Amino acid sequence: MTLLVKTASRLVVVLGLIFGIHIILHGHLAPGGGFAGGVIIALSFVLLILAFGKDAALSKLSLKLASNLENVGALLFLIIGLLGFWGGAFFLNILVKGSPFRLFSAGTIPLNNIVIGLKVGVGLFVIFLTLVILEKSKKEE
Amino acid sequence: MLRTNIIPLFVIIPLLSAFLISLLGKYLKRQFIYTVSNISCFLLLCFSLYGLNMLRNTGSNILVYKIGGWAPPFGICLVFDGLASFMLVVVNLIAFFVNIYSLGYIEKYTDKPKYFTLFFLMLTGMNGLIITGDLFNLYIFLEVASLASYALVAFGTDSEDLEASFKYAIMGSLASLFIFLGIAILYGFTSTLNMADMARIITEKTGSRLIPFVSVLFIVGFGTKAALMPFHAWLPDAHPAAPASISALLSGVLIKTLGIYALSRILFNVIGITSGISAILVFLGSLSMLVGVLLAFSQTDLKRLLAYSSISQVGYIILGIGLATPLGIFGGLFHLFNHSAIKSLLFLNAGAIDYAAGTRDLRQMSGLKEKMPVTANTSLVASLSVAGIPPFAGFFSKLVIILACIQKGYFGYAFIAVVSSIITLATFMKMQKFAFLGKLNEKYNNLQEVPRAMKFSMVALAVICVCGGLILLPGLNFFLSDAANVLLEGSRYAMKVFEAAK
Amino acid sequence: MSTYLLCLVLFCVGLYGLLRKRNLVKMIVGLAIMGYSLNLFFVLLGYRLHGRAPIDAPDQVIENMVDPLPQAVVLTSIVIGLGIMALLISLAIRIYEKHGTLDITKINKLKG
Repeated sequence: MTLLVKTASRLVVVLGLIFGIHIILHGHLAPGGGFAGGVIIALSFVLLILAFGKDAALSKLSLKLASNLENVGALLFLIIGLLGFWGGAFFLNILVKGSPFRLFSAGTIPLNNIVIGLKVGVGLFVIFLTLVILEKSKKEE
Repeated sequence: MLRTNIIPLFVIIPLLSAFLISLLGKYLKRQFIYTVSNISCFLLLCFSLYGLNMLRNTGSNILVYKIGGWAPPFGICLVFDGLASFMLVVVNLIAFFVNIYSLGYIEKYTDKPKYFTLFFLMLTGMNGLIITGDLFNLYIFLEVASLASYALVAFGTDSEDLEASFKYAIMGSLASLFIFLGIAILYGFTSTLNMADMARIITEKTGSRLIPFVSVLFIVGFGTKAALMPFHAWLPDAHPAAPASISALLSGVLIKTLGIYALSRILFNVIGITSGISAILVFLGSLSMLVGVLLAFSQTDLKRLLAYSSISQVGYIILGIGLATPLGIFGGLFHLFNHSAIKSLLFLNAGAIDYAAGTRDLRQMSGLKEKMPVTANTSLVASLSVAGIPPFAGFFSKLVIILACIQKGYFGYAFIAVVSSIITLATFMKMQKFAFLGKLNEKYNNLQEVPRAMKFSMVALAVICVCGGLILLPGLNFFLSDAANVLLEGSRYAMKVFEAAK
Repeated sequence: MSTYLLCLVLFCVGLYGLLRKRNLVKMIVGLAIMGYSLNLFFVLLGYRLHGRAPIDAPDQVIENMVDPLPQAVVLTSIVIGLGIMALLISLAIRIYEKHGTLDITKINKLKG
């Protein structure tokens, strides 16, 4: 990739990560939430692959770590749901619910957003990386 | 003792074990995966039998679990009534035996953690679809189970497996799109997504022409998932391409849960069945019966023959349920239970032959009865049962369906049912002759019987095939008649759910 | 009413792509277009006349907002569509490796 793309993407990747985390954390106040923020985080990693090649992205987040993070995310989501059993029902919102329209309010909903953002972000990155590796292995044959 | 808290466990246990196996399966030894999967399937089977018992001890025969504590029109509720407990017992029983079979069969494939992850994700989707009481939640679980099955069909990664999985994925996605369009139109009509609330509103707002259109959309969508006749084209390619234990699950429970259970739940309880829809279902069912078995007769690939026979037997079930009379629905559900056990056993036998002899072609195998006695005998039991020979279980269910046809006056369809039963007998006698009887082919002289885990599953399913007729006894009759009563009472389902949710 | 007819036109465009094209990837694109047209239809069902976006804030009233339930449903449906597209694309790549072509008239080993 040309020097222009590499210089610009160095800035855009960081901005993309911050923007994605902002959308995840404000999921209960503004549109967005876990899935949209997760996609933006994954897209910043994909931009890293497109500009610098897959080795740069693999050095930041290897495939094994990404797969493990994905499974941990799914298990955490299920555990947050199971915590509701202490309150009486599955998925009950048991944490303290502050006053509305604040950042730290609405019980377990921001936690769910964070976990979903983690899983979707890492999951889409793994899908893209697998397709790239399939393409590379075909070209080497 | 009423412990309604076990109802969400049917979804939690397979989901937890799927992700645990995916996370830890690569690092710990193989025994860990086997232990986790055995414990999960055994727990699910115990809970489904316990739930059946618990349901009989309540007064109104229905249990509702509110997720998150939100009451039904505002939140998602899980409804556990007679039909749900019947389907849960069928699904978890077959999944338990297929899981034990996979412990022996999976030695031929390399990627064991992924296989079990996808297996448990498919089981999550099926269990969730059975117990949910919300229409969009049903669509989500339908998609989870379908996606897991698309990936499982392509598991062997031969070129034919990939082509079959691609065809299956395209047709399955198209069916899901039609179902989604039906759900969208129903939401626009009733402004709610809860099935009980929707049933109540549809009985009040009559006379709209949108409801028959939605019924046809659902018949097309769920009919493709169930492999009814005009929409069957994916099944003969997809089911042989999967590993044998997954073929048993696909043909035995997946097409019945995703197709027949979902269709009958929506058409009977939410929309309310009319004579026009009943006539369409009966016609499509008998078309499937006849054409499926005629196409099965000429196959030379063993698993493809069994797949076409699946299409034919699903036609029987749709014929029984589509009659919408008490005897018809009873016969349809009884045949659903029998055929799950029979077709799973037949596919497990085909997998055993593939594991030992390495071929699926009927023209190349002969005389395997000397070397593989357990496989041959259980296969004989399953073939006689599916053809409808007394005293095996298949005879009773087909008899009830034919009697229900005659009772309603459809003599033509009853005649077609009898004719296709005779051709089924001919097909399976051909399969027996080519595969097991006759002289042993020389290249199979040092063949061995399959491992003990596979033998245990096959013998257990054969026992169910033989003793399935005992369900008709007065003491055990409640298993099926509770399920049939849920479908017969139609839109009064709404009142019962709101009563139990208080 | 005209917006619903335009959704139907988009659905038919996707259906044309699925039926008439011979390249595997073009068929997948056709299926994707059909899925997005149905998502659009569902969101448009929630429109209320002169409605605002359904975002609650201390100075909004709920009476003039559009329906938020279809928007949550469509978010889930888009995720499901994404999963199916990912699976279909990886199947298409593997088919290209094994068969050497993406033309469906040449990939027909399973017959009868």
